[in-house]
Amino acid sequence: MSAHAAHHHVPPTSFIRKHVFSLDHKVIGKQYYALGLVAALVGMVLSWFMRIHLAWTNAAIPGLQLLSKNGAPGGVMTPEYYLQLMTMHGTIMVFFVLTTAPFAAFGNFFLPIQVGAEDMPFPRFNMMSFWVTFTAFLVLMSSFFVGDGPTLGGWTQYAPLNAVGSVGGPGQGAGVVLWAASIALFCVGQLLGSLNFITTTLDLRVKGMSLMRLPLSAWGWFITSCMGLTAFAVLMPACILVILDHVAGTSFFVASNLVMNDQLLPHSGGSTLLWQHLFWFFGHPEVYIAILPGIGIVSHILITNMRKPMLSHRVLIYSMGALAVLSYMVYGHHMFVSGMNPFSSLAFSFPTLVITIPSTIVVLIWTFSLYGSKLRINSASLFALGFISMFVSGGVSGFFLAQPSIDIMLHATYFVVGHFHMVMGVAAMFGIFAGTYFWFPKMAGRMMNETLGKIHFWLSFVGTYCIFMPFHYLGMAGNVRRYSTFVDDFLQPLIPVHRFITVAALITGAAQLIFLYNLIHSRFWGKPATDNPWEATSLEWSTATPPPFDNFGGKHPVVYHDPYQYGVQSSVGDYVMQTSPEQVKTEHEEK
Amino acid sequence: MATTVHEPPQIDPHRLPDQGHSGNFGWRNLVPADGDLRVALDYSPPPSSTGIWVVLFAITMMFAAFTSALVVRKGSSLDWQSFTLPSILYFNTLLLLASSVTLEVSRRRVAAFMGGLNSQVESPARWLYITLFLGLLFVAGQYVAWSQLSAKGLYLATNPSSSFFYVLTATHALHVLGGLGGLIYVIRKLSKSALRRSTLVATARYWHFMGVLWLYLLLLLWIKL
Repeated sequence: MSAHAAHHHVPPTSFIRKHVFSLDHKVIGKQYYALGLVAALVGMVLSWFMRIHLAWTNAAIPGLQLLSKNGAPGGVMTPEYYLQLMTMHGTIMVFFVLTTAPFAAFGNFFLPIQVGAEDMPFPRFNMMSFWVTFTAFLVLMSSFFVGDGPTLGGWTQYAPLNAVGSVGGPGQGAGVVLWAASIALFCVGQLLGSLNFITTTLDLRVKGMSLMRLPLSAWGWFITSCMGLTAFAVLMPACILVILDHVAGTSFFVASNLVMNDQLLPHSGGSTLLWQHLFWFFGHPEVYIAILPGIGIVSHILITNMRKPMLSHRVLIYSMGALAVLSYMVYGHHMFVSGMNPFSSLAFSFPTLVITIPSTIVVLIWTFSLYGSKLRINSASLFALGFISMFVSGGVSGFFLAQPSIDIMLHATYFVVGHFHMVMGVAAMFGIFAGTYFWFPKMAGRMMNETLGKIHFWLSFVGTYCIFMPFHYLGMAGNVRRYSTFVDDFLQPLIPVHRFITVAALITGAAQLIFLYNLIHSRFWGKPATDNPWEATSLEWSTATPPPFDNFGGKHPVVYHDPYQYGVQSSVGDYVMQTSPEQVKTEHEEK
Repeated sequence: MATTVHEPPQIDPHRLPDQGHSGNFGWRNLVPADGDLRVALDYSPPPSSTGIWVVLFAITMMFAAFTSALVVRKGSSLDWQSFTLPSILYFNTLLLLASSVTLEVSRRRVAAFMGGLNSQVESPARWLYITLFLGLLFVAGQYVAWSQLSAKGLYLATNPSSSFFYVLTATHALHVLGGLGGLIYVIRKLSKSALRRSTLVATARYWHFMGVLWLYLLLLLWIKL
């Protein structure tokens, strides 16, 4: 444990050093949040385009032809362009929203404060982390405007399509190279971030802050950073090999004698399964990289609003750790239909079923802790409850998909799309929203509008179920995924369901404008926030709002308590802050 | 939940940074600029010594990914052609191992100089320069190896075996260049008498790791190619 001053840099005065190339973890956290917000809007608009096309195939989308003349002549997208938009939607959402916002944005802002540090130990690397990630985003976006547009291979970029070049279709030349370069850069950014997160947690904790006294949100970020370190270090070399297959003529992923579009490809002997192994060794932990910060954030928020700690702080932490470790053993469940040895499928199926145990423990701890508590209902706690709802609803379908015999039937259908959108996508988004409503006062110094927040929650919550529950039905009805139209085939009877989903998606997406308005309006005109508006206990609430440059105004806090001392009788109310030396008794001890 | 009010943890006197020449390999203690004694008295490893392990772990994972790619690619194809490794690689290996030895010598010299035990060490950076030189020679030697292979007609795309040779050795060489950057940083800090012990330790760990990694890669290439 340490009270190492991370560094003694003085507050910058120039605009560039203060707001652009800033070394301050709080500014970098906000930059990551802004990046996540922009990326989420782009990803959402792309999903609107896709949904409109699926429901009304021949409908022209005004302005789409400006994005790509060939991909959307007259505003009606071609099947290839549908796949290109789908790929970009997935890539943007998974990497630049679900990884950056809950982990890099909130983690950067609050992890150092929650451990009591002045900053991260390597602020220059931290700044590089953001700017490299930002560059990665620009590189990915540039593929919209280069050659025949972005890649169409899906966010998983399966081989050999990812390595054959432009013969594979629009965007499979320059589009793939830009995709792989963007993701390789993204990996560098996240590795630099993980380095800072791990060292901050291990080395910069203030006196009295033992590991078990860290708030659950800090645990979420710490475990996630350990996962990121392992996962991104594997995805990066995979991307390098893909780029080499494109630009240097190597044959890592393309098999011999492959004929594509009547053309014999010059590659020989490559392994298509190799890409899947490398990708999913990253890809499955990535799911938990997206969701674990949410688990930590939601637990942190629920405890504050329940006014009592979780049933077991330790078990929750151990379960999160178990999820992290197991996530590396289950990745093959994405490959049940890849043609790999059926015994491998069994070997991957078993840990996949086992991983439901820590997930269930986490959910049970939440549920039983909530039972009988007098939960304070506000936008943050509502979104936290919504997170649990999505995590459970999406997780239950995971039980089915974990079994190879069922997965083979459902793999290429909307069932899987519904599953991962709920358990990973929307759940993580709800975690981001919960975190925003909870921490906005500390980040911006002003309160968000609660009424708008609650309207935003109910529209998002109901809307999300309207969108993604029918996906499961579509999947069971045999609706294949990644098709751009269902007009002239056996799926035509399902078109009304698709239309319902599209309308729900448009309304739910529009509801996010309420959030955007609330965010911007509150930033400038919201009610000024006090230092501790939620009467919370952890260190971020013990400092000024917004926190000063060195987080604690030149002081070094000392920690005397576990992170969640609620339901006690102290001089300030029913809680005692971690930094308070006051000795208190719990209600339990009173009795 | 029980009430948990504890005193802040006691400081272990044996782990205190010392003020003199004993017990801490003769390093002068770093008293914080703001004079906050609490900072000086609370001990924990400096972030760079944790951080360097984090970096080394990431590099290990990266080369593990390359290794598994090599094993899978070789196992799944019929087009793999073996070739003899250029013999200069063995000479390069000796250079890299020698540089680890000279780095250890320089660590001791710098420690003696910083601790004031041996003020007669006129240029504590001399052995660091030698290490730097050996490291540069290693990279140059790798370049010679690539030239020899390409002279034989073995390029990056010629065969999967040559592809992996170039990818693995070039990635390693890039990491060695990163280590050379670290050494230059250490020399600069030393010349300003602002070198932290932890910086030198972290750089040394990284450098030794490059040596170990190279031995592993050489063995892998020797077996698989």
